[in-house]
Amino acid sequence: MRALQIRPIAILIPILAAALAAQQVSPPAKDTCIECHTAMDGPIQKPALLIKDDIHIANGLSCADCHGGDRSSDDPTVAMSKAKGFVGAPKRTAIPQFCAKCHSSPDFMRRFRPQQRVDQFELYKTSVHGKKLAEGDDNVATCIDCHSVHDIRAVKNPQSPVYPSRLPDTCGRCHADANKMAKYGIPTNQLDQYHTSVHWADLKNGDLAAPNCASCHGNHGAKPPEVASVAAVCGSCHVLFAQNYDKSVHQPIFSGASGGGGCIVCHSNHGIHKPSTAMLAGPKAVCSGCHEPGTPGAKTAGQMAQWIDGLGEALKHSEAVLAEADKAGMEVSEAQVRLDDGRDDLVKARLAMHTFDAEEMHKPIEAGMAIADETLRAGQTALHEKNVRRVGLAVSVFFIAVTVAALWFFIRRLEASGSGYLESSN
Amino acid sequence: MAAKAIQWVDDRLGLSEIRKLADHKTVPVHSATRWYYFGGITLFLIGIQIITGTLLLFYYRPTVAEGFDSVRFIMTRVEFGWLIRSIHSWSANLLIFVAFIHMFSVVFTHAYRPPRELTWASGIILLGLMLGFGFSGYLLPWNQISYFATKVGTDVARSTPMVGEAMARILRGGDDVGAATLTRFFALHVMVLPIITAALVGMHVLLVQKNGMSTPPWIPADRVRHIKFFPNFFLRELMVWYGALAVLGSLAALFPWELGIKADPFASAPKGIRPEWYFLAQFYTLKLIPSRVWIFEGELLGIAGFGIGALAWALLPVWGVRRSGEVRQKLVTGAAIFVVAYLAVFTALGYFK
Repeated sequence: MRALQIRPIAILIPILAAALAAQQVSPPAKDTCIECHTAMDGPIQKPALLIKDDIHIANGLSCADCHGGDRSSDDPTVAMSKAKGFVGAPKRTAIPQFCAKCHSSPDFMRRFRPQQRVDQFELYKTSVHGKKLAEGDDNVATCIDCHSVHDIRAVKNPQSPVYPSRLPDTCGRCHADANKMAKYGIPTNQLDQYHTSVHWADLKNGDLAAPNCASCHGNHGAKPPEVASVAAVCGSCHVLFAQNYDKSVHQPIFSGASGGGGCIVCHSNHGIHKPSTAMLAGPKAVCSGCHEPGTPGAKTAGQMAQWIDGLGEALKHSEAVLAEADKAGMEVSEAQVRLDDGRDDLVKARLAMHTFDAEEMHKPIEAGMAIADETLRAGQTALHEKNVRRVGLAVSVFFIAVTVAALWFFIRRLEASGSGYLESSN
Repeated sequence: MAAKAIQWVDDRLGLSEIRKLADHKTVPVHSATRWYYFGGITLFLIGIQIITGTLLLFYYRPTVAEGFDSVRFIMTRVEFGWLIRSIHSWSANLLIFVAFIHMFSVVFTHAYRPPRELTWASGIILLGLMLGFGFSGYLLPWNQISYFATKVGTDVARSTPMVGEAMARILRGGDDVGAATLTRFFALHVMVLPIITAALVGMHVLLVQKNGMSTPPWIPADRVRHIKFFPNFFLRELMVWYGALAVLGSLAALFPWELGIKADPFASAPKGIRPEWYFLAQFYTLKLIPSRVWIFEGELLGIAGFGIGALAWALLPVWGVRRSGEVRQKLVTGAAIFVVAYLAVFTALGYFK
């Protein structure tokens, strides 16, 4: 009976195995493009070697899907015949349309990535690159100059030349090349400046949200932000700063500034450094470019710098005193949490500075200073309390020692005559 | 008038009996007499725990929402609250340490031998209760370390064969450590354990009175002198208690017990989480045992081992004494040295690794 029960399973196993084997993916179709070009030497071999890393191949496409021809034929004259639709390599000026055949087709792209945008070519046509190319200038960037060719990788692939942290160098390949840029009359120091910036510092440390070239200039529709839109570009990340700036007295003045306006008047563009109060007052103050020393504007800027530095120092001092108390084992966690509110006020003050209204800025400064004072007092009280405890301990231990000594002498006196000792009775 | 009042009380309470007992009680004096003081220090620290614990109860609130903040309030706002809480925490640890010394001194001087089996048994149960106090009290401040240590501790209880799941549920009051755990640990800490402890301490001390202090078997009875308990030994004990008080006060003032940060059940467990030092040896042993030993689950095997070991230890008066009443000195001393070495080495490894 038991054997009978086992039998159906014994029959089913090979059937299931056969069914599973049938479901295995069929071997890739023959591709004579790769076979032949791999066997060749020199530049004609290169695409065949690079293509193994290409995202198109990974998605089941082949050379023939872009270049046409018959990849199943062993005869090169047939495989690369016009009759089989072979188009070869496109001219540089035709590359965007060449890629757009697929990348501008929602129906086609949906088969691979339903959420993939298909407006890259339309955007490209509006860009400086696209416009120059349309004029016949084939020196400008086309798709393959940024995305590479034959080894095109997904943007999220860290090896892709357009991966956020690699993009600045990719743009810099042309824009940092003085020879290439000479005929356009544009500077080539942007990449060097960017490498000194706070944005690059974050990006190279792995913060992929930190801005790269495309974050401000756009990617496919790449063009420099106009003077009027600089604040909007910066404000897309620095929202609250932009809101304060828009309300400020500087907004209408800087918007009309020649050679760039808005945020970059003070912060520059590519080489944006970590802001400090040295920008407000002192020999490197950016304010002094317009507000000469001694003028009301310069005085206000100096006052603002003093406030920010003063609050920063006061908070640091409170923090140090609290840390000392904490290290001594005193319970100051409430004050340490409260100190965070003070740090928030310092951030708010820096933010309010962008209204360029001293009264507006003084509110968070005042609130922050009150917290710095309050937490400092808490720390000092804790340290004082620590000393009081030690004195209290010393006094207590002294009295305990006196009592113990008194007991000792009392016992000695008591037992001096042998009192209390009993000889063994058992 | 005063004599009349004393007579009135004496007629009703029989105080003169206690006085007679105090007059007649003696303590043997020999090379191991110093170990007698550790029982007294343990009793003194229990007294400290009762007093400071009661004071903490005035302010402590046993809820998830208020537990941590109420302890912080005690530490920062209540006059001398920091001292009371720090003494309670330090004293709890010293108490367990001294109780261990007391226990091992009893083993090495073979004081567990007849007729003191019940004194030994009640002492072992008391040590277990002290560990229970430590485990339940550790959670009460509801800080991050105590929360996760309790999680780990109750997980270990869960691995106990057969009853583990039920035990963990009863301890936690649910599937996980939470509000119900805190309230039941509180109830255990301030009501259940103290009542049992009070009864057992009473029994332990009474048995000591009844059977007197034990003299190590290697000291000939005729070479032992005695001193009167009152006042001679009592005054010496008082000196030791004062010393303990000075140590406690110094620890509390120089190293106030930390409060930590409030428990956040949704945070990931802090790094290097480990139980209190008195559970470290067991904790480290469980960590060392492979997850599977032959057909048994490793943790299960470890817990079973501890259970059997603890039972064997509690039954020391049975296997440590021959039928003739003679103590198996070498066997017991050897076993005790092994246990001390194991606890010391594994506690150190658990602490430093």
